[in-house]
Amino acid sequence: MRLGEAPRGFVGTIVALHQDAAGATSHELEQHLLEMGFTEGARVEILHQGAIRQDPIAVRVDNITIAVRRREAMAVLVK
Amino acid sequence: MTTSDVTGERYNLALVGVPNSGKTSLFNALTGSRQKVANYAGVTVERKSGGFVTPAGRQVTLLDLPGTYSLRGRSPDEIITRDVVLGKRAGEMPPDLVLCIADATNLRLTLRLILELKRTGRPLLMVLNMFDIAKRRGITIDVDAMSAALGIPVITSIAVKKGGADALRARTDEFAGHLPGPTAATEWVPTSIADLKAYQREADRIIRETVTMPTRPDSLTTRVDAVVLHPVGGLVILATILFVMFQAVFSWAAPLMELLSDSFGALGALVAQVLPEGLLQSFLQNGLIAGVGSVLVFLPQIIIIFLFILLLEDFGYMARAAFLMDRIMGGAGLHGRAFIPLLSSFACAIPGIMATRVIDNRRDRLTTILIAPLMTCSARIPVYTLIIAAFIPATDVWGWINLQGLVMFGLYVIGIASALAVSFVIKFFMLRDYQPAPFMLELPDYKLPRLKSIFIGVTTRAKMFLQRAGTTILSMMILIWFLASFPQPPAGAEGPAIDYSLAAMIGKALEPLFSAIGFNWQIVVALIPGMAAREVAVGALGTVYAIEGGKEAADAIGQALASKWSLATALSFLAWFVFAPQCASTLAVIRRETGGTKWMVITFVYMFALAYLASLITYKIAVAAGLG
Repeated sequence: MRLGEAPRGFVGTIVALHQDAAGATSHELEQHLLEMGFTEGARVEILHQGAIRQDPIAVRVDNITIAVRRREAMAVLVK
Repeated sequence: MTTSDVTGERYNLALVGVPNSGKTSLFNALTGSRQKVANYAGVTVERKSGGFVTPAGRQVTLLDLPGTYSLRGRSPDEIITRDVVLGKRAGEMPPDLVLCIADATNLRLTLRLILELKRTGRPLLMVLNMFDIAKRRGITIDVDAMSAALGIPVITSIAVKKGGADALRARTDEFAGHLPGPTAATEWVPTSIADLKAYQREADRIIRETVTMPTRPDSLTTRVDAVVLHPVGGLVILATILFVMFQAVFSWAAPLMELLSDSFGALGALVAQVLPEGLLQSFLQNGLIAGVGSVLVFLPQIIIIFLFILLLEDFGYMARAAFLMDRIMGGAGLHGRAFIPLLSSFACAIPGIMATRVIDNRRDRLTTILIAPLMTCSARIPVYTLIIAAFIPATDVWGWINLQGLVMFGLYVIGIASALAVSFVIKFFMLRDYQPAPFMLELPDYKLPRLKSIFIGVTTRAKMFLQRAGTTILSMMILIWFLASFPQPPAGAEGPAIDYSLAAMIGKALEPLFSAIGFNWQIVVALIPGMAAREVAVGALGTVYAIEGGKEAADAIGQALASKWSLATALSFLAWFVFAPQCASTLAVIRRETGGTKWMVITFVYMFALAYLASLITYKIAVAAGLG
């Protein structure tokens, strides 16, 4: 399952960062996600979401909260 | 950096840390008021440096490097941090010791950054900041074990407590004593994805071995966020905060402003009494005191707006605001990160435009730069205040909202709305080939603002304003006084003296261009120095009318305007200043930040056109409504 499709309240673990999800800039995106702590095995929870199209989402990654757009969160595979 | 390095006694320390690690609080605690804000040579990245003396008498220079999550160098800010740490930045001393500031409650990303920093070969010292908060939350850290695992010394600190800074200064002595000599240029290669993953695994392992965390997260932050980040409630709260902020700017500052304005009036009257009538008296009273005074009066408002912005930032609310606004601004083609630069632009477009460096995508950044000057900066406040006070009655609407404050709020809203519209146009007609850039932002735990830090931040900004008042504004006022006073009227001439001056000639020559929007030649004269700094327009009007109308007029520019302008002209003037082809310093910053004259010219032309158009429409409607 992709983090970008998960509903609010979702709790899970990161399985992998999927490189093909975001198109051409995927390498850069993967690096960026890694820097913000989206690593394999990290616990994630969707705490909040925005008003328009439930975007962006506030994700608890281990013990910090990161705001990210659903579009970019599509690159994060979770279970 | 400084010239006293020759003795070899001066140590260069650099502060590095992830955003929100309390780096700036620690910097403020260590250096106090002994700090200098400037730019790095060639770029507009803010360079904050300061100094302190250790108990052993060592002179230490401290450099507060921009916060970063990695040494990747994605934005100009992060490139500075990387280059200074690597010792590659021309004009900067390579740091003798790098202090890595870590938020003790949030170590995961910092530890990875430290592992990355270790590869640069610089001597490192980790400072576990906010250790008290961590303890209170039930987080225990085995400091010695962490130090052993990282292979660098680790000390704890509480930036807010005075004792914390003293202890840190004393520790600096210990470390400075046994620093290895300057490291040779290291073979540093950018961190790969595999490295990043490995570092993070290593960091997570160290945390597992040395830190025990309570199972529950910070419950206060969670509870506040449930309200503040609510999809609808959050936006209402954001709007309320902004509304209170603008009401405060208008009403809280009033008593102080009256006091200042009365003092300058009294000073002017005193000069008039002491000195004989003539050029010198006119220069001091009308040029210097009335001109500079009319701008200095706005210091309280500028302090209030910066106070709000700094408080919101320290609370940790700014990132939430960006979260709430990302999608809404996205509709207009703006990035959520643009919210903070745009909000800063309410204080001044210059720091706002400089703050766009946090946006790493060039197209997003350019759009933000182009519309930043449309945010109502504090330099427009003097103009708005003057005109509103003179033309809008101070009645209450619905019993509690001040009508003047409401008009002020309306002007801000028009500025914001046009900024969004311009951004929308840019999105559609220019820069079309574009992929939306990622939006990723840490939402830090809420923290009580450090009063000392806020105080230092506000005074630094106030000082910058006063410096401007003392240089740019002062010289413009002198120029205006000169233009308005020379040539002197011939002996026995009829009418006010200013009618014979250079200012009148220039104003009258340009008047036909502006008569369609209801501007008289006095306004046109005031607009010219307004290019140097918008608030000068007020002082210039004061000078023009003071010389024309005598001393009484100088005491009350507003009254003079109310009797000389129609309401239609006043409204047209306000409309002009919503767009106001901006000050020369803003244009200069745009040129520097975009790396060429092209975007500077585009900004000037489009804002001039908008200003003229807005004034024209306002004036025509007002005249048609019988207000001319």
